[in-house]
Amino acid sequence: MKALVAIKRVIDHNIRPRIKPDGSGVETENVKMSINPFDEIAVEEALRLKAQGIVTEIVAVTIGHGHAQDVLRHALAMGADRAILVDSTAQLQPLAVSKILKAVYEREQPQLVLLGKQAIDDDAGQVGQMLAALLDIGQGTFASKLEISGNEAIVTREVDTGSETVALQLPAVITTDLRLNEPRFVKLPNLMMAKKKPIESLTADELGIDTAPHLKVVNLAEPPARKPGIKVNSVAELVEKLRSVGAI
Amino acid sequence: MSILILAEHDGQQLKKAARQTISAAQAWGLPVHLLLVGDNTAAAAASAAQVAGVARVIHVDAPHLAHPLAEDVSAIVVGLARDYKVLVSAHTTFAKNILPRAAALLDVAMVADVIGIKAPNTYARPIYAGSVLATVENSDALQVVTVRATSFDAAVDGGNAEITTLPAPAASGKSRWVSEVRNESDQPDLASAPVVISGGRSLGEQFHQLLTPLAQKLEGAVGATRAAVDAGYAPNDWQVGQTGTIVAPGLYIAAGISGAAQHLAGMKDSKIIVAINHDPDAPIFSVADYGLVADLFEALPALTAAIGK
Ligand SMILES: Cc1cc2nc3c(=O)[nH]c(=O)nc-3n(C[C@H](O)[C@H](O)[C@H](O)COP(=O)(O)OP(=O)(O)OC[C@H]3O[C@@H](n4cnc5c(N)ncnc54)[C@H](O)[C@@H]3O)c2cc1C
Ligand SMILES: Nc1ncnc2c1ncn2[C@@H]1O[C@H](COP(=O)(O)O)[C@@H](O)[C@H]1O
Repeated sequence: MKALVAIKRVIDHNIRPRIKPDGSGVETENVKMSINPFDEIAVEEALRLKAQGIVTEIVAVTIGHGHAQDVLRHALAMGADRAILVDSTAQLQPLAVSKILKAVYEREQPQLVLLGKQAIDDDAGQVGQMLAALLDIGQGTFASKLEISGNEAIVTREVDTGSETVALQLPAVITTDLRLNEPRFVKLPNLMMAKKKPIESLTADELGIDTAPHLKVVNLAEPPARKPGIKVNSVAELVEKLRSVGAI
Repeated sequence: MSILILAEHDGQQLKKAARQTISAAQAWGLPVHLLLVGDNTAAAAASAAQVAGVARVIHVDAPHLAHPLAEDVSAIVVGLARDYKVLVSAHTTFAKNILPRAAALLDVAMVADVIGIKAPNTYARPIYAGSVLATVENSDALQVVTVRATSFDAAVDGGNAEITTLPAPAASGKSRWVSEVRNESDQPDLASAPVVISGGRSLGEQFHQLLTPLAQKLEGAVGATRAAVDAGYAPNDWQVGQTGTIVAPGLYIAAGISGAAQHLAGMKDSKIIVAINHDPDAPIFSVADYGLVADLFEALPALTAAIGK
């Protein structure tokens, strides 16, 4: 079966984002960009299913402008077979992203769609669920375990009270949680080889998708800083301070 | 027009996060309706009807809703939503699973993890693991929102809402519930505990031994970093942070935690923060009201012994 994996290019998780001086957005020029960590886990999961002989072809897709190619190269270097770049300079929001992914799904007809549970820039956590809704298929969000059994995906999901297992009719959408797997390290030769793998380029217009934003960012600001604290010298002093403010 | 809250319950009563959502919803100044979905929710509906600020409780019962699947619950939500101005829930795994699906079916955007409602369509929400605070305006006629429960006080009893029952649509058949593992423990609910004691990976095999007695003395819950969870020292539902549980207790004690942005995102709104770390430059100290530079293997037992004396 074919697996489609949606990956996003985001500011690397080790970098502290800086707001542009005019407050219009977050600075991405000359900032280290990486594949969204959850999406790397999604690629890894597809590769493991391929190693088991369940998945036969892995197609990675990203929606973004030209630079987004580099995360596709990363996915190809990990072992994805092909990649699709949907070129868009629009300010993309989850609903528009899921509509574009739906159009890609319809061209590719995968049995399995893997996404991250959340993009670590917008922290929205919506695209997978929205895509499953638009496709009218089942969803397994926050997956920490995935098994394919016959015509079903058996997904263990991380929920607030522990974990839950659901069985989904294929095709289905799965979103990954951190504990699903540990992505492999990409070796340099693989990166070189990935340059030979094909990246197809499309545009949202070609796909006929309206990407008009529903949400407008009015303002970005630093969160209010906490007032500076103090260092205490001993456990006894700590206890005394906590008692004096009624914390214990 | 009114507001519909998709309310999480435990079969008997509302979860605290649902009560916090009820107070958040007062910001719109419109009548508040609750939707409870499940199997046998009559008791939970009756108890929810007592909460102040609720005008109506709608409950939908069916055996196949005992474990609410996103495919089924979103269909129920969509069936009702057209009559509402706002659809809101707490930003918990329950609603994170369902509301985006409902929003897409309604062809509207969703604003997730709102910490402040500035105007009926304008919200404050953290992005980049809380490193940036965004104000966003939503142009859709139906506002779909999840709120960060800890940013709002829990609504108290004192109401008398009308209760209506609606029939459940048939199960979608696209998914079925198989099983669950509840990480049962005696500890208070992490998200709403008044005190949280968290540990990092440096606690190692002694994680529970070092933290549980202290948590018990302070009647608090134990939390963990992702690194501690990954190492297997703590269960996954104890993870505090950007991708775990968000907490804002009266007292948060961080022991052997470096203070990565992803961890801070889940606890820096706590009222009083204590950090214990042997590295004086650990970033956790930047958010701590009281910092103790010490070896945690000595400091934690000493702290536990000193409390309650
Ligand atoms: C996409 C993504 C999402 C993430 N989500 C989360 C999340 O939700 N929550 C989360 O917590 N993390 C999350 N992380 C991980 C996060 O980036 C950090 O790696 C993690 O929080 C570090 O955990 P730690 O503080 O236990 O370990 P470390 O960073 O290794 O820190 C250990 C600390 O213990 C101190 N220490 C060691 N020994 C002692 C001693 N004897 N006495 C006193 N102090 C001692 C050290 O000085 C150090 O500061 C996420 C990461 C990614 C990439
Ligand atoms: N621009 C994009 N291109 C490809 N995939 C995306 C894009 N944005 C989001 N996704 C996918 O959707 C997941 C959830 O994103 P979000 O709902 O924005 O938090 C991500 O982890 C990706 O798998």
